[in-house]
Amino acid sequence: MNKLKITASALAVAAVSATAAGAQAVKVAGSSTVLPYATIVAEAFAENTDFPAPVVEGGGTGGGLSQFCQGVGGNTIDVANASRPIRENEAAACAENGVTDIMEVRFGYDGIVFASDINGPDFTLTPQDVFLALAQNVVVDGESVANPNTTWNQVNPDLPEQEILVFVPGTKHGTREVFEEKVMAAGCETSGAAEAFTAALGEDEGETACMTLRTDGRSVDIDGDYTETLARLGSSPQAVGVFGLSFYENNTDKLKVATIDGIAPSVESVASGEYPVSRPLFFYVKAQHFEDVPGLKEYAAFFVADALAGPGGPLAAYGLVPDPELAATQAAVEAETIMPAN
Amino acid sequence: MTDVPSDLPKRVGAPARKSLLTPDTRTKRRNAAESRFKVYGILAILVALLALVFLLFTIIRDGSGAFRQTFISIPVTIEASVVDPKGNRDPAEMAGTLTMSYGALLEQSLTNWVEQNDIRIEGLTEADLASFFSAQARADLRNRVLANPELVGQTVETPALAASRIDGMFKGRVTRESAAIDNRTSVAQYDLAEAMRDRGALATRFNWDFITRPDASDNRPEAAGLGVAILGSAYMMLIVLVLALPIGVATSIYLEEFAPKNRLTDLIEINISNLAAVPSIVFGILGLAAFINFMGLPRSAPIVGGLVLTLMTLPTIIISTRAALKAVPPSIRDAALGVGASKMQTVFHHVLPLAMPGILTGTIIGLAQALGETAPLLLIGMVAFVTTYPAAPPEGFFDAASALPVQVYNWTQRADSAFFERASGAIIVLLAFLFAMNVLAIVLRRRFERRW
Repeated sequence: MNKLKITASALAVAAVSATAAGAQAVKVAGSSTVLPYATIVAEAFAENTDFPAPVVEGGGTGGGLSQFCQGVGGNTIDVANASRPIRENEAAACAENGVTDIMEVRFGYDGIVFASDINGPDFTLTPQDVFLALAQNVVVDGESVANPNTTWNQVNPDLPEQEILVFVPGTKHGTREVFEEKVMAAGCETSGAAEAFTAALGEDEGETACMTLRTDGRSVDIDGDYTETLARLGSSPQAVGVFGLSFYENNTDKLKVATIDGIAPSVESVASGEYPVSRPLFFYVKAQHFEDVPGLKEYAAFFVADALAGPGGPLAAYGLVPDPELAATQAAVEAETIMPAN
Repeated sequence: MTDVPSDLPKRVGAPARKSLLTPDTRTKRRNAAESRFKVYGILAILVALLALVFLLFTIIRDGSGAFRQTFISIPVTIEASVVDPKGNRDPAEMAGTLTMSYGALLEQSLTNWVEQNDIRIEGLTEADLASFFSAQARADLRNRVLANPELVGQTVETPALAASRIDGMFKGRVTRESAAIDNRTSVAQYDLAEAMRDRGALATRFNWDFITRPDASDNRPEAAGLGVAILGSAYMMLIVLVLALPIGVATSIYLEEFAPKNRLTDLIEINISNLAAVPSIVFGILGLAAFINFMGLPRSAPIVGGLVLTLMTLPTIIISTRAALKAVPPSIRDAALGVGASKMQTVFHHVLPLAMPGILTGTIIGLAQALGETAPLLLIGMVAFVTTYPAAPPEGFFDAASALPVQVYNWTQRADSAFFERASGAIIVLLAFLFAMNVLAIVLRRRFERRW
């Protein structure tokens, strides 16, 4: 018993005194979309260099950036992965906590796809179809009415006669924002509903009305990740789910993908810009940590190296899309270009 | 009821004199109620058993595959021109050759093997051959060559990990039909895998790596293992044991044997019981605020996880220890005090040893509970992707690590279906640990328990 007590108190003392003793591996957190690819990079980085393997955490873009902006040194993370650019208020929080030297690195793109059960019918969607199927209100004869559509062929006669049921990423997902902007808002515009909404509700309210999804159970928010969406599709095969391109690429034996505006999503069509629904992916590096964290700059450079993020590299193999302007990004990382303070 | 007055009137409707052997309607009803209750009880047990059997069946069905892995054994020539372009066999310079180049070596040797064995498969492309090997295989080969530069230029036969889709073909996860529509594999690959198996170049065998290797990225589910998670969990359990057992036992002894019974101790008692019912996620938030943000301990480290789980386990240990102390008959204490022992001697020489089996059982159950706890660990960063083993304790307590239940959670979220199998495999490992701990608790109780 005595020995136990001594060990216990020694441990408590060690706990307090050895705060900075942890091995200085690069610490990464953020977007769950970037997470799988970041782990691939971390693994290859540890394999090919003498630096310790970076510790990579998820937590979502917002969660990662808020951790990132907690301060400098000690236990704060060094890199935040993001599936959207940093917001003004987040940058302000960073500046307030002394995180002033931030390097913004865009390393590729992710496509967002609509996919259904592999045995279901083919879908050839346009943003307008999705808007008419999922919006809370649609415009009929110049009047804004609650969405009356219940089957896809009511939206567009070319679509199959199938109940509308779509699994959409929840509001905390970065994917949701892209879905709203590139699909809902675009469909709202082309269907002419945007004009009617703006006329009736004003600029801001009209825009919100474009992106408001129906709440009668035909559009279901999924707050978990894509594996949950996939599981839901398994139990209701007539539904359509919204996925990241990379997730679809890993599950082509279970999912059938819909074309948007006649373009099938693929690494090539996203890279060329033909496929409309895509978003850039970023990571943010705390340049103030370059001196204290060995391997941080090397990690950033390794992340965007041609061998990884270039065409034919693991990035493309995973289903993300290489950035056509990768060379400029590499140069910026090399020069430690810091985001301008605003 | 001995003093029933004898002059009571005879009960109305009392059964007439009858044999006890022929039951009347009332007795029949009572007997029926009893047998109905028995049936309900048996049904309840059956439902519970069925649920358990179903759980075990699905987990073992899905997870047993994780313990077996497919390996390719073909001769691989380590070309000096690829791995040591300068030709000086200096490991430091050879480290400049990245893992991707070793992939080319493996691909070349597979191409050669296919030619030598005269295997003709329609539509077999270079990409099919390249993706036949796990990405881990080239890393393993590189490590092997760097550790032993004499291998350069030689031909070695080394079991190399096959890619997860190839592995899936031998576990029923991938069929010829699904291979046709799967972007990650092809029918040609499927046929090649079968041809290789027939010639003994491809075999599925027991996979220790699943227990020992660290986690792996989405690209190589076939290489993912539980090594870091098991170490992390073991470290945390060590911390919980070392902290919670002495603190918990000291608290209970004081409260049970020495403390005066007053409002303050009552309050403490109520709060300990309340603490046992606090949802575990709350302890995670506490850990994040107190240990990481305030004390500045590192994220993802077993020390923080251990401290949080200690807080969670303490009430369990205190409650069971107090129950064990209470169960020691007062006569033992009285006898000890009677022969002149001090209060302290009474407790430590007589009461505590007698209560030990109960205390140990409670501690082990508490530890088992802590071992399976996930929620608080998510908040303190144990869900991170960690591929470096933590160092030996005590320094290792501060290194990043994972934990078994968190690893399960982590794997179920990955896109590749091969991780689903591994998640179930991890559950089997976790259940095995829990089962072992519970058996230990029962054995300890059986061996040392005394009845009065």
